[in-house]
Amino acid sequence: MSSPSSKQGAPLASEKRETFNSRKLFILSAVGSAVGLGNIWRFPYVAYENGGGAFLIPYLVAILCAGIPLLFLDYAIGHRYRGSAPLAYRRANRKAEVLGWWQVLICFVIAIYYAAIIAWAAMYCWFSITKAWESNPEGASGFFMQDFLKVSDDVNVSFDFVGRIFVPMLIVWLITVIIMVAGVNKGISRANAVFMPLLIVMFVILVVQSVFLPGAVDGLNAFFTPNFEALQNPAVWAAAFGHIFFSLSVAFGIMVTYSSYMKRKSDLTGSGYVVAFANSGFELLAGIGVFAALGFMAHNAGSSVDEVATSGIGLAFIAFPTIVSQAPLGGLIGVLFFGSLVFAGLTSLISILEVIVAAFQDKLGWKRTPATLVVVLPVACISLILFPTTTGLYLLDTMDAFVNQFGILACALVLVIVFGAGLGMLPKLAKHLNRHSSIKLGTGWKVLVGGIGPAALGYMLINEVQSKINESYSGYPLWFNGVFGWGMAGALIVGAVILSFVPWSKNSKINDPEFEEHQQNVEAEELPDPVGKEY
Amino acid sequence: MSGVAIVFMIISMLTIWGGLVLALINLSRHPEKGDDDVIETAGATGNNSL
Repeated sequence: MSSPSSKQGAPLASEKRETFNSRKLFILSAVGSAVGLGNIWRFPYVAYENGGGAFLIPYLVAILCAGIPLLFLDYAIGHRYRGSAPLAYRRANRKAEVLGWWQVLICFVIAIYYAAIIAWAAMYCWFSITKAWESNPEGASGFFMQDFLKVSDDVNVSFDFVGRIFVPMLIVWLITVIIMVAGVNKGISRANAVFMPLLIVMFVILVVQSVFLPGAVDGLNAFFTPNFEALQNPAVWAAAFGHIFFSLSVAFGIMVTYSSYMKRKSDLTGSGYVVAFANSGFELLAGIGVFAALGFMAHNAGSSVDEVATSGIGLAFIAFPTIVSQAPLGGLIGVLFFGSLVFAGLTSLISILEVIVAAFQDKLGWKRTPATLVVVLPVACISLILFPTTTGLYLLDTMDAFVNQFGILACALVLVIVFGAGLGMLPKLAKHLNRHSSIKLGTGWKVLVGGIGPAALGYMLINEVQSKINESYSGYPLWFNGVFGWGMAGALIVGAVILSFVPWSKNSKINDPEFEEHQQNVEAEELPDPVGKEY
Repeated sequence: MSGVAIVFMIISMLTIWGGLVLALINLSRHPEKGDDDVIETAGATGNNSL
């Protein structure tokens, strides 16, 4: 293998920037990124808890007023400045580069724990057939915590490895490395073209099977019965905005990176609407499937749906195994459910890693293979050292909570303020989005991104800071949350500032002739004013 | 299922899945454009003030 530092070796040879071969592949990949674990295990419970059927109203308002406008902001920056997050932001304004590195580091943290959950889900596909949890007297809960994760009583960081988690995690990383090395078209596009249809078919079968279970109707009744009083509660509206924001993968740097691989004359807004509604369409399907299954669980236990309703790890690894044990053809339900988690997770993990790989590829000016290996292998090693251990669950829980709120949310707030009020770039970006898009944007979009966006994100962030300061997260020791929660979130900012000061070498993509040509063509095509119907 | 739950289920499906169908129809009415036509002209002539 050639050394990455060799001056004339393959790693430094310039490669043409890849573009998605077709719009369909971009949309599939963007939907693959947006549809993740959250769609399956988070949305159903968020909707149920926040007004049931009535949640549809704040949810749709959040999609149209925040989710889609912010998605378009990402698309505009990535497509206009045609680079990974740090490079695209830098090309927009030198001072904005730091935001790109912040997103790269956020993606690094998410990637290292995301792989662990995919590995757990893969193991549970197998356990669904063997019904492994039935051997534990405490059932699925006892099996997950004691037999499978072997969770330590001490909230700490140990290197006491659990082989049954390490091996599947290693396989997840090997598959991911192969996909990432293959590049945008041969790797990311192909993986999404296979995994996404598979995910949809599997999930539809799961939902159909679930709605015919005894008690399913009670679950659907609980899920869709509207509680209109909830709409008067600001927390319900914040939950809708928060959910949409995380669900659509906006402000992670992912959509900036993916849209940088779109052809110049792409219909950005038209594609964006498909991505946003496909993501929501999948969530609705998940809500139906999950609550039908929970209705069955309640029916079997002789309890009400509200007693069994749960989300996240509890839903997937404790409630669902119970359903698998009790339902007719339960093994099939388990394989379909956990298989869906694996595919939804893998397509999201790929997009998260692409943010990091693209950033380093641009910064180093290396070819795809060496740039991918130099990024993904260390990330995989760190992931494999920290998470397949008896304390991996604690670390995952804290890092996930803090990186979401004080990484993604905080970065998104700074991003909309910087690009809106700070740099005043929204008119220029709207013009760019309107060049070849079927749905034109006008003042409404600028108000939503520059005004509603910061207000909604700011409100959510203040709420989160208050709740995390007032009580120790998950009851973990102060030092643990301090180091892996607050400390980690702070370190991301410090790291981003340091990375933004590392100079771009002459081999990097900072002076890319291909971009100069793109820039000239974009400017040549600019329309004088938005035309057609406005957003 | 109660009547109101059924109504809200149908409204949710119509708005979200209907929104997806509308978005797909909109996209299909605007076929993908190739990148080459205008670029070459602008690049070759060096005329960026079109």
